[in-house]
Amino acid sequence: MSIKVVEGKNIVRDYHIGGGLFRGQRTVHAVKGVSFSVDKGKTLAIVGESGCGKSTLARIITLIDPATSGELFIDGNKVDIARNGLTKEMRRKVQIVFQNPYGSLNPRQKIGDVLGEPLLINTNKPAEERRDLAMKMLKKVGLGPEHYNRYPHMFSGGQRQRIAIARALMLNPSLLVLDEPVSALDLSVQAQVLNLLADLQDEFQLTYVFISHDLSVVRYIADDVMVMYFGEAVEYGSREEVFADPKHSYTRTLFAATPRADIASIKARLAKKKAAA
Amino acid sequence: MALLEIQNLVVEFQTASGPFRAVDGVSLHVDEREVLAIVGESGSGKSVSMLAVMGLLPWTATVTADRMSFNGRDLLKMSPAERRKIIGKDISMIFQEPMASLNPCFTIGFQIEEVLRFHMGMDGAQRRARSIELLTQVGIAEPAERLNSFPHQMSGGQCQRVMIAIAIACNPKLLIADEPTTALDVTIQKQILDLLVSLQAKYGMGLIMITHNMGVVAETADRVIVQYKGRKMEEADVLSLFESPKSNYTRALLSALPENAVGDRLPTVSDMLFEPAPSGAAA
Repeated sequence: MSIKVVEGKNIVRDYHIGGGLFRGQRTVHAVKGVSFSVDKGKTLAIVGESGCGKSTLARIITLIDPATSGELFIDGNKVDIARNGLTKEMRRKVQIVFQNPYGSLNPRQKIGDVLGEPLLINTNKPAEERRDLAMKMLKKVGLGPEHYNRYPHMFSGGQRQRIAIARALMLNPSLLVLDEPVSALDLSVQAQVLNLLADLQDEFQLTYVFISHDLSVVRYIADDVMVMYFGEAVEYGSREEVFADPKHSYTRTLFAATPRADIASIKARLAKKKAAA
Repeated sequence: MALLEIQNLVVEFQTASGPFRAVDGVSLHVDEREVLAIVGESGSGKSVSMLAVMGLLPWTATVTADRMSFNGRDLLKMSPAERRKIIGKDISMIFQEPMASLNPCFTIGFQIEEVLRFHMGMDGAQRRARSIELLTQVGIAEPAERLNSFPHQMSGGQCQRVMIAIAIACNPKLLIADEPTTALDVTIQKQILDLLVSLQAKYGMGLIMITHNMGVVAETADRVIVQYKGRKMEEADVLSLFESPKSNYTRALLSALPENAVGDRLPTVSDMLFEPAPSGAAA
């Protein structure tokens, strides 16, 4: 039987804005009752435009923000950080990789320290062991021991994203949340990072929640797809179902907007242009 | 006759570790009513070569070319004052980050009118009328009210539309779009691309699209130049580039598209990540 690594039931998140002297409070419903579950070793992709609540949901899954209501289960245990706080054990289980590799690494911290820090905070491992583990992880993500003492500015965007992934994996998490991990990267580097993610998933049986607005990437990496629109999950199903037969009109708009690079559609476009001229 | 013609363009930057050659002997031309796409990854010199055309490079850069002419006039021999008359009027450019390229301290009305005042010498009422007309053209609702908005009050897509309005304000002959949609969502990307292409067709502009997105190339371009590490790898019309790419680099780039994936791993463009940076004297 497959094990559910993460499960959300009817998750709601509201933000209260304003409430000054002359203005009343306003409530933004960022996530409106979203349910999902991801099995071990699988990938759930969350797709949607900016402002649809996908990053808010990512923050809830990563236990950065509590949900306003709804239930979140990680490895079968109910987690409620608003009431019970966060233990080191829970923090170890879920890790996140952010979109912008230029902004998510401290420019004054050497790579070795970047990788060692999660261990320093969350475990009692001695310095020697932390160093060994960091070295091993560098090799896993395709970097070398010579990179240990370098600073983030000495790396390219793709290499930095590898470092961010390495940092997230230092604590052996069971769930990795990837918030647009490749949208800041070039096509060729994007392919390398996607391959790395696939390799790591096979090796460690990792579970991914992959947030993206690029449908061609989603189609490549996801097992299940959830399409979000204004805080609601308007479409949720296996990759084959969603791509073969999109039900909601927004999903269809999204498909239509994705640029197509196949020869047939180029021919169609050129023919149309000729006719118009 | 070609609108913009560049032959053997070389751009070198003076760095602490000696000269660095960012663009190495690139030749290109754009005709009227033509959409040329320049494709390449970051560091391939695609933006730098267009900034050289605009004359926007910092003083550390040395630009040399056998020929760089716009509409029959030599851009390299012009005085800076003469060149400023062309830049922003006949050649204009749209940048990648719409939020960063608008001035946060001024209303968008002021920023559109600035171009009209400088290049067209219009009076206040004419400028205002033209600004409203431009905002309507780029599809912004309630243009008259929007003139008084500041950039932070608008979304990224709307800011990019304002940038386009500024760029087409003086009916340019050539529009250079440097990754105009990279910072935007797919749905907004589609709208902006459609807008650019329809404006290009309507006014018969030459359009240069700088991008690293093969999908954008397929959706907009007539002709494509592929650039890698400052050199031109391939030049072809869009259909033959996708149908039968000639250079190995183009082939690798196309196969790295996720939708072209065969099996469960993507082919990558060699291990270029770990290649040493090309040295400046690599000529």
